[in-house]
Amino acid sequence: MKSLSETDMQIRRQAAREALDAWTREVIAWHFNPATGCPFWLDYARQLDWQPHAEIQTYADLARFGNFQDEWLRGGPVRRWVPQAYADRPIYTFETGGSTGVPKSRIAIDDFRIDYELFSATLPTEAFPQGADWLMIGPSGPRRLRLAVEHLAQFRGGICFMIDLDPRWFIKLLKMGENEMAQVYKNHVIDQALTLLKAHDNIQCVFTTPKLLEALCEKVSLQRLGIKGVFCGGTEMTPQFYRFAVEELLDGVYFAPTYGNTLMGLATHKPLEPADNYAVIYYPPVPRACIEVVDADDTERVVEYGETGRIRLTTLTKEFFMPRFLERDEAEREKPCALYPWDGVRNVRPFSRFHTQVVEGVY
Amino acid sequence: MLHIPILRKGAPYKSLDVVTIPHHRTRQPLVEISQANAGLIRRDLLPQHQSKQALQKFSTQELIAMSARAAEYFLNDSLPLGDCVQSPQDYVEQLSATTGMPFVFVRKNRQKIFAALTEMQSVLDGLTRGLDLQILDSGAGTHAGHSLSFYPRGDTLGIVLPSNSPGVHSLWVPAIALKTALVLKPGAAEPWTPYRLIQAFIKAGVPREAFYYYPTSHVGASEILRNTGRGMMFGDVAAVGKYKNDSRIELHGPGYSKVVIADDCINDWEKYLDVMVTSILENGGRSCLNASGIWVTSHAEEIAEALAERLASVVPRDADDEQAQIAPFADGNVAERISAMIDAGLADDGATEVTAKFRNTERLATHQGCTYLLPTVVRCDSPEHTLANKEFLFPFASVVNVKQDEIPERLGKTLVVTAITKDEKLIERLVSSPLVDRLNIGAIPTMQIGWDQPHEGNLFEHLYARRAFQRASA
Repeated sequence: MKSLSETDMQIRRQAAREALDAWTREVIAWHFNPATGCPFWLDYARQLDWQPHAEIQTYADLARFGNFQDEWLRGGPVRRWVPQAYADRPIYTFETGGSTGVPKSRIAIDDFRIDYELFSATLPTEAFPQGADWLMIGPSGPRRLRLAVEHLAQFRGGICFMIDLDPRWFIKLLKMGENEMAQVYKNHVIDQALTLLKAHDNIQCVFTTPKLLEALCEKVSLQRLGIKGVFCGGTEMTPQFYRFAVEELLDGVYFAPTYGNTLMGLATHKPLEPADNYAVIYYPPVPRACIEVVDADDTERVVEYGETGRIRLTTLTKEFFMPRFLERDEAEREKPCALYPWDGVRNVRPFSRFHTQVVEGVY
Repeated sequence: MLHIPILRKGAPYKSLDVVTIPHHRTRQPLVEISQANAGLIRRDLLPQHQSKQALQKFSTQELIAMSARAAEYFLNDSLPLGDCVQSPQDYVEQLSATTGMPFVFVRKNRQKIFAALTEMQSVLDGLTRGLDLQILDSGAGTHAGHSLSFYPRGDTLGIVLPSNSPGVHSLWVPAIALKTALVLKPGAAEPWTPYRLIQAFIKAGVPREAFYYYPTSHVGASEILRNTGRGMMFGDVAAVGKYKNDSRIELHGPGYSKVVIADDCINDWEKYLDVMVTSILENGGRSCLNASGIWVTSHAEEIAEALAERLASVVPRDADDEQAQIAPFADGNVAERISAMIDAGLADDGATEVTAKFRNTERLATHQGCTYLLPTVVRCDSPEHTLANKEFLFPFASVVNVKQDEIPERLGKTLVVTAITKDEKLIERLVSSPLVDRLNIGAIPTMQIGWDQPHEGNLFEHLYARRAFQRASA
């Protein structure tokens, strides 16, 4: 990656920050206007003794909202999140993984398409060729990924082949101690994927999760099957996994790790550089979403670069406004880079204080 | 800092995922251990038959000779440890540093492993009941006039190892002479012994492809057990319980070992005090072979008092003190939790801690910044009491009254029973009981092992099965 002088970086960072502040004002104006905003935020504003549309002028001003409460997204009515401006549009609802309790729901109209079209621009054409078909081996059902990956394939001129995967069932099997049955289910998923890969020569791109990628590569060489690029995400990815995938699983097939979720969209990986020693570094799609790393004990404090903290997400789109949501993940705060002149995150993993409470699955 | 790599077919591999283990006393980082990701383990084991083939090039006798040479290297030589070299004294000190075991315990356990390796012929004779071992080389042969044929049940033996005491490694070392490649997950605090044994075997001529060494998480441990032909697992009740229905895996949970004194010998109980003390105290009470129960048909109160008086004289000592008899806990919080569990048990009627009045100090003690649990004897009125059948990682024993006609049923599942009796009817009941794994008749400490006696399962039977075999006359 081309390195920039410190001055050039400062200019880019400043420009990005100003664009973020401007976009924040636009999104706030949208969500707190009765003609365009959603019932949830309009009701919320009525209970405040201050005026969001008047007083939020910068991204930093979002601190006035405090932290977004997880529970607000659990349960209905889900229409309270639909902006008035989109009331007549077809509405999707997407759910989070469901590792714990009632899943969080997020409504969507076009956000997943917009997010993945922006993401598409970060994928190298030689690894994800225009017109190539895709195979999506990931969570289906109520998850955004199912439609988003299909849209990504279509946006790049391809057709997306699918298989079913219910990650909640997999997690339930693990919690019940039914490890063998979980393996049987995983094999069932992989068998279907192999059948499609062998039957359709134009499948050149794959989306899958880290565990399913391992399982797939234990059966076949993706490179020999004509796969050129793998887009991978859905669960934690460690530097060791990243290295293992590149050095041993993929035989030179391009590997694009991502971090994302239904609430935020998806963050793009920083291309592999030897100096990073396989650290998995992501940058959010600013200004549509931001990731900050905050002190777990004082969530008002953004940690220093290189310091570990809990991840705080902010989503700023006209379909969905979610300020300062504390995720179940932790990471190190990463400096901006030439491609992405804003903060990133390094080595995202489950928040260590929740370790005993979350069972991650194959997806 | 020291670094211990993964071994993939004997070849070192440094992972990007490492765990740092501190010195148990100073809490300063001591060693960084590479962690294997589950996918790497599974991928390595796909062609595991090649590892077995590497061993099959040798005869059993050649592998027995290599085991004997490995014993010498293990005991006396400097051997590779990551990018460094580990001397015999380094091994003692490093193992002590991460587990808390005094040097003297480490040396005794090392000697036990040395003996298992040098006595490999006796060990195999015991495991195979004197089988002509050439039959394992040829696959079939004649023994005592009968045709015999054995086949390996798997290419590899996957083992999830504990950290409590290195003597336990003597259980699996015969696998190499039995031509079975090893896939080892070391205990989190005791990476040293399996790594050193592997290096000793390699130096002795065993092909490095026969060894996989994977420090890893619980997920990785599950993958080892799921992807190897045969398995062995050490752990607590909950950990081993997950595998109770998997016949491929030999389980080594708590021992609940006991000394039992029956009616015919109980009036002479003082004669057996040394055996009881040794069974409770040796190796700091850290082994599943240590007695955690003294079950008697009468005189429980006097026996408990006498044991308590003897054990109360044990005090914490420095790691390099040759007189050390107990080990500190590498994690002091664990000691606190165990002590609290004992106190909770004592709060129920029917149990008394007898050691308390002899030692005049708390059970939980500190010495040189380390946390210890001092030997504890509890007198239980009944086998039903919560503390009657408990095992902890320090010298702890319950003295329990039991009716003779309820032995062995009331003992529950017991790894070692030392039965001090000459009563043939009782001996017959013990001999025929599935609850008793290892049986000593007479005043033999529970810790005493015979190399020709299989213990905690029979490794040969675990790794080999016999098939019917007939060959037509020429």
